[in-house]
Amino acid sequence: MTDILQIENLNIHFRTAEGSLSAVHDLSFSVKKGETVCVVGESGCGKSISALSIMGLLPENGHIAQGKILFEGTDLLSLKPDQMRKMRGNKISMVFQEPMTALNPVFTIGYQLREPLRIHQGFSKKQAHVKGIELLKQVGLSLPEQRMKQYPHELSGGMRQRVMIAMALACHPQILIADEPTTALDVTIQAQILDLINDMKEQLGTSVVMITHDMGVVAETADRVVVMYAGEIVEEGDVETVFNDPQHPYTKGLLASVPKVEGELTQLQAIPGSLPNLGEAIVGCRFQSRCPFAMDICRSQAPPIYEENGHQTRCWMKEGESIADNIVPS
Amino acid sequence: MQPEVTQADVVIPEPKKASHKISQTFKKLLKYKLAVVGLIIIGIQIVMALGANWLTSYDPLTQNLSLVNAPPGSAGHWLGTDNYGRDMWSRLLYGARISLIVGFISVVVGTFFGVLLGLLAGYYKFLDGLIMRLSDLMFAFPGILLALLIVAVLGSSLTNVVIAISIWSIPSCARIVRGSVLSVKKQEYITAMRSLGSSDRRILFKHILPNCTAPIIVFATMHMATAILSTSSLSFLGLGAEPATPEWGAMIAAGQQFMWQAPHMVIIPGIAIMLVVFAFNVVGDALRDLLDPNMKKQG
Repeated sequence: MTDILQIENLNIHFRTAEGSLSAVHDLSFSVKKGETVCVVGESGCGKSISALSIMGLLPENGHIAQGKILFEGTDLLSLKPDQMRKMRGNKISMVFQEPMTALNPVFTIGYQLREPLRIHQGFSKKQAHVKGIELLKQVGLSLPEQRMKQYPHELSGGMRQRVMIAMALACHPQILIADEPTTALDVTIQAQILDLINDMKEQLGTSVVMITHDMGVVAETADRVVVMYAGEIVEEGDVETVFNDPQHPYTKGLLASVPKVEGELTQLQAIPGSLPNLGEAIVGCRFQSRCPFAMDICRSQAPPIYEENGHQTRCWMKEGESIADNIVPS
Repeated sequence: MQPEVTQADVVIPEPKKASHKISQTFKKLLKYKLAVVGLIIIGIQIVMALGANWLTSYDPLTQNLSLVNAPPGSAGHWLGTDNYGRDMWSRLLYGARISLIVGFISVVVGTFFGVLLGLLAGYYKFLDGLIMRLSDLMFAFPGILLALLIVAVLGSSLTNVVIAISIWSIPSCARIVRGSVLSVKKQEYITAMRSLGSSDRRILFKHILPNCTAPIIVFATMHMATAILSTSSLSFLGLGAEPATPEWGAMIAAGQQFMWQAPHMVIIPGIAIMLVVFAFNVVGDALRDLLDPNMKKQG
């Protein structure tokens, strides 16, 4: 399988009153055709910002200081705004976290669903309408003809998220970025939406970048997992390897903090402490202040990435286990 | 494979149209008693303006020097005559037409440019500073002084009054619209639209503008009152309508020197101006309460 999206050494900075803050630091990962990659991490670790940077939709005060985002070999960062606009919704699409606010309240579902078709495919209003009904059927909404005439406030959260997915997939994009698509939904609806994304992915051969903080979502959807902490990748690998054999203490913490329904009643594991402030200058490993295994070297030097059969970990604990050949300079 | 549709997803849809929302807002408006009074007054003015030709048999400009300063209730002239013997009722009717037309045109023109500049200022950061500082510059003048200045430069006529009031209403409208644009453009649905590849122009005019209509409607209604009052003020000062024109402000100015002999010459157009300004203000107030969720009355 070929890489459809490659992110190389992406650095994102934010201009604030206190100066420039680094939100994402040397982010590199790739997505293969038809693959689902889950980006996991707690709130504020830079997941959503990375997703927005792929779309070219960083907020006004954010900018990409360094790095490349290659889509089918073309660097998206080198494209002119108008060329980038033609990519969005056409080749690369996004589904947002909050379906309640991601639809324009003053227009009907039909109007909004016709937008991408009319912009990218040059459909007439009538053609777009027919295609819209077909899309709504595809995402499993009942009575699609009537839905086209309804306003967002007349639909439930799950139905709106289905509409958002229909809009995002209208032009059969190669990549779908889903930014916490189920976080704002009821648990019963969550599974339906994940199934829908999986089904659509199979049907259209779309690659999916799923951003989430929910390990349950990862287990259900991912082929590969990228674990982020404080703007950096700390672990990356196949979903099975990462779940069965987590290497980084942060990944272990994340997996331990998932509540277990079966088995005896135990205290829920939490990772002590909180994310370091973006403005803080961090010496050594970014996780050391919360790491139960922190060593002296962690406090003075940032760890490199160690690779073992495609399973990458950024932790000094791997130092002892690895042989010099495996060291990938970070 | 088709994803399953669960029971929870099936909600019986009831298609609604945009016109439905307008009629709903109108129905709610009728619950505000003062607004109803205001609407009735505005309705009367519109009837007066449209039906001026049929509601009186007198020409507003024809003089009858044998019957000057006739008090209200005189035979044939139920509102009396002025100092040239012109029928007051007929002048009031044609004055309603002038004040409505002048108010309407200046509000439409002013709002159009105000909305345009406000949209640009709110959306494009590099234009924001320029447009807002220019509007600050205009705010530095008291409104009527600015209108006086413009009329003084262009010469006194009703057309120039319209131009003056339009220009003067642009900055306040631009500022209101800019505020709404700033809040609307941060909404997730705007980012979502951008993620679908909508162009800036499309987002600005098709997605942001319709979400700013509420404050624009309120502004236009309230500004109608200001525009009518300003037209009369300028005409009263002799900077608007020509002396013989049956403009309400000009009628008051003409009646001033006959205050003691024929007070109806001042009082009748005065009451007309007061009622109309009051009407547009209360309707605007009610609309604001209705359309702005933050201003909703408790209970």
